Amino acid sequence: MLSLIGQTGRYAIQSTAGMGRIFLFLLSAFAWAFRPPPRLRLVVHHLRTIGVESLSVVILSGVFTGMVMGLQGYYSLRKFNAENFLGSAVALGILRELGPVLSAFMVTGRTGSAMAAEIASMKVTEQIDALYSMAINPIQYLISPRIIAGLISMPLLTAIFDVVAIYGAYLVGVELLGVSSGSYFAGMELSVVFKDVFSGFLKSVSFGLIITWICCYKGFNAPPMASGVGQATTESVVLCFVMILVWNYVMTSVML
Amino acid sequence: MIRVVDLHKTFGGQEVLRGINVEFETGKITTIIGGSGSGKTVLLKHLNALLLPDRGSVLVDGRDITKLGQSALNEVRQKFGMLFQSAALLDSMTIYDNVAFPLREKTKLKEKDIEQKANDSLAQVGLAGMGYKFPAEVSGGMKKRAGLARALVTQPEIMLFDEPTTGLDPLLGKSIHELIRRMHEKFRFTGVIVSHDIPEVFKFSDRVAMLANGVIIEAGKTEEFTASTNPMVKQFLQGETQGPISVL
Repeated sequence: MLSLIGQTGRYAIQSTAGMGRIFLFLLSAFAWAFRPPPRLRLVVHHLRTIGVESLSVVILSGVFTGMVMGLQGYYSLRKFNAENFLGSAVALGILRELGPVLSAFMVTGRTGSAMAAEIASMKVTEQIDALYSMAINPIQYLISPRIIAGLISMPLLTAIFDVVAIYGAYLVGVELLGVSSGSYFAGMELSVVFKDVFSGFLKSVSFGLIITWICCYKGFNAPPMASGVGQATTESVVLCFVMILVWNYVMTSVML
Repeated sequence: MIRVVDLHKTFGGQEVLRGINVEFETGKITTIIGGSGSGKTVLLKHLNALLLPDRGSVLVDGRDITKLGQSALNEVRQKFGMLFQSAALLDSMTIYDNVAFPLREKTKLKEKDIEQKANDSLAQVGLAGMGYKFPAEVSGGMKKRAGLARALVTQPEIMLFDEPTTGLDPLLGKSIHELIRRMHEKFRFTGVIVSHDIPEVFKFSDRVAMLANGVIIEAGKTEEFTASTNPMVKQFLQGETQGPISVL
């Protein structure tokens, strides 16, 4: 009985300490972001790796998500003779939920995993130690620029996903299934308010933070062995997916 | 001078260093030897605070670096250069950019001067004209030489070498040793080398220290060390499997 209490206590202490380390890591990254020298060139480099290089996969997933929504939305709404609401249904669903969440999933898979693997590999091959030995803070050099780039890239990618998905649904709903183009866009204009767009924007910014933060943390704290790279990559992707879903629920419930 | 006083370090319940006391004299090369897993690299990484001890201190020119804040520590670290076992070149950069990196980060030199210094440093280690290659495109020996060029480009007062010839064939190993000897003659840095390469490494070492069971069991001038009567030192130098050091 005593050992069970002991084990539970130990687990609780370790979990709390682990969470503390993750938050301290983020605080440290923000603190170093504002210390000289400015790392603008690195931020731009990571805007390319996180933003530009994720563009194709985000556009592709946006098109097909929109097309499926157009198809499903049409058959569901037709049961109630409400096909003309297709535009509203698609726009609200994509702007508030699917756009931010699915583009975050795509960026996690495309860039987050690579980020964790790259940093973990640098840890294993002593490149991070080499930065320390040259009196260069690796948090400032490796982590802060990635987090800033994630905060900027994610809302832009989400906006592109939203637009592409809405046109994907238009393609199926209007061009293939015959919903009126006017009612598709008019319904959207009537039902979508600023709050819907803004909530999606806030979600995408927070997802950008979650992805870069978790993936960088897992990579930076990877066990210093070859298997540590794989472990850090897997853990970062799984944890990002879970955190994105949980945080999406929290934000939806607060902003509804 | 670097002075290590009563240094203790434990990893996951295993006490690796159990009270290290040793001095590294200014301008001299000291080699640390010891069995695999005896804690030589751990000790080396304490010298520029890549690792912090559980107890004890590391005094660099009289300052205990284990108690310094981040910016003071960075100031002290600028006195150091380090050649890592894996060379630890940044693999996203070319060899040239790796060598120029500390100059770009830590000096206010113009790009033209940086280019001059980086190319000089590459030429000194025999890598002139190879700067455009990425670390993944060159051999282990070339990586080590590039790592040495990067470590020396800022002309540090103290150089740390973590098994500089591990994984290299005897000829390449000899060339790296020769390079270290020449660079030491030129820059007169304080050198600390962790190596298994006995007796090659003794040829240019001023002093030798042996680490066993978490403590320095013997330290002294190279010729005194090789004449030591300490049974553990004798067994290690002669490569005997029987003796006070248990091998298996």
